[in-house]
Amino acid sequence: MVERTENENPNCGSALKAETTAPDFTLSSGPDEKVSLSDFRGRPVILAFYPADWSPVCGDQMALYNEVLPEFKRFNAELLGVSVDGVWCHQAYREHRNLHFRLLSDFEPKGEVARTYGVYRHGEGVTERALFVIDGEGRIAWSYVSPIEVNPGADGILNALESLSGKEVANVDKRNKRESQTKSASL
Amino acid sequence: MSTNATSARAKLSLPVSERDHIIGPEDAPVTLVEYGDYECPYCGAAHLIVKEVQKVMGNSLRFVFRHFPLTQIHPHAEVAAEAAESAGAQNRFWEMHDLLYANQQLLDPAHLVGFAEELTLDTVKFARELRDHVHHEHVREDFTSGVRSGVNGTPAFFINGFRYDGSWQFGPLLKALEDGSVDANAI
Repeated sequence: MVERTENENPNCGSALKAETTAPDFTLSSGPDEKVSLSDFRGRPVILAFYPADWSPVCGDQMALYNEVLPEFKRFNAELLGVSVDGVWCHQAYREHRNLHFRLLSDFEPKGEVARTYGVYRHGEGVTERALFVIDGEGRIAWSYVSPIEVNPGADGILNALESLSGKEVANVDKRNKRESQTKSASL
Repeated sequence: MSTNATSARAKLSLPVSERDHIIGPEDAPVTLVEYGDYECPYCGAAHLIVKEVQKVMGNSLRFVFRHFPLTQIHPHAEVAAEAAESAGAQNRFWEMHDLLYANQQLLDPAHLVGFAEELTLDTVKFARELRDHVHHEHVREDFTSGVRSGVNGTPAFFINGFRYDGSWQFGPLLKALEDGSVDANAI
């Protein structure tokens, strides 16, 4: 990746990392709907920040994620796209591309959520192309900032979700083991 | 989990095997795997270039095609992929593959059955398989293997198991393949 000077992008490298709490937010996901990150507590959330609607089609990140939705659903994960575009722009884009997931408008104050997550590009007024996988308790499990012109694909997200579900299974196993130990101790 | 799966050179997650459609000898020094979509114009352009490359490299190239239909932006991509598989079930995959790329604007079911007739396939069986989506699972398996290998758009190429991110114009692609061939010989 090309190194940027601080003036060009003061946020470079400051994206929130794994193991930190994902800051809650409320954003419009359409002309009449707002969603908060905390609405999805108990399930993994994929936050996909992207610079703008209407990028070229065949290599388009959102078009790819649209196709991968069944894989995300296997992990009961909710995908939320985030950019600084307004609700009407998002609505037209979703309809045109048949997108079956929410696009959130980080529009007013512009880029506020992106700033909180450390993925706002000040000189350009758009967000980085950044991915966050957040676990059911609201903690960041994985994050990745892609070079802005590169569609990062979905393999990193799926690996993170897989690893999360592995941890959950391990936790349930531990709990079951503890419970069965308690039971046998009390017998 | 702070590592990112996308920064390293992406690797093919599903090795080439008898489940695949393959042209070229098994012991060819270079294997080129393409993930493509029959309705994608870039894939149509790349198809002709791959043909040229195959002509030049002859038996030193093994070519594999896997499906990566972006169904929400290309409404006929899935049925076209299933049509190729159905022709494949009658041992005519590659002929259908060529016809589909030669007729990218005509991928509706009626035309697909017409192509099957042109190839003197058992059209009753062909049409039934399309109707019942007999080959959907295979197409989905191709797609998922692409996602897990970091495919982020079409066409995507892998040379000897590693993603090739360079230009797929004739000159650069041929050079990359010949270099891949040298690497394989050196091992």
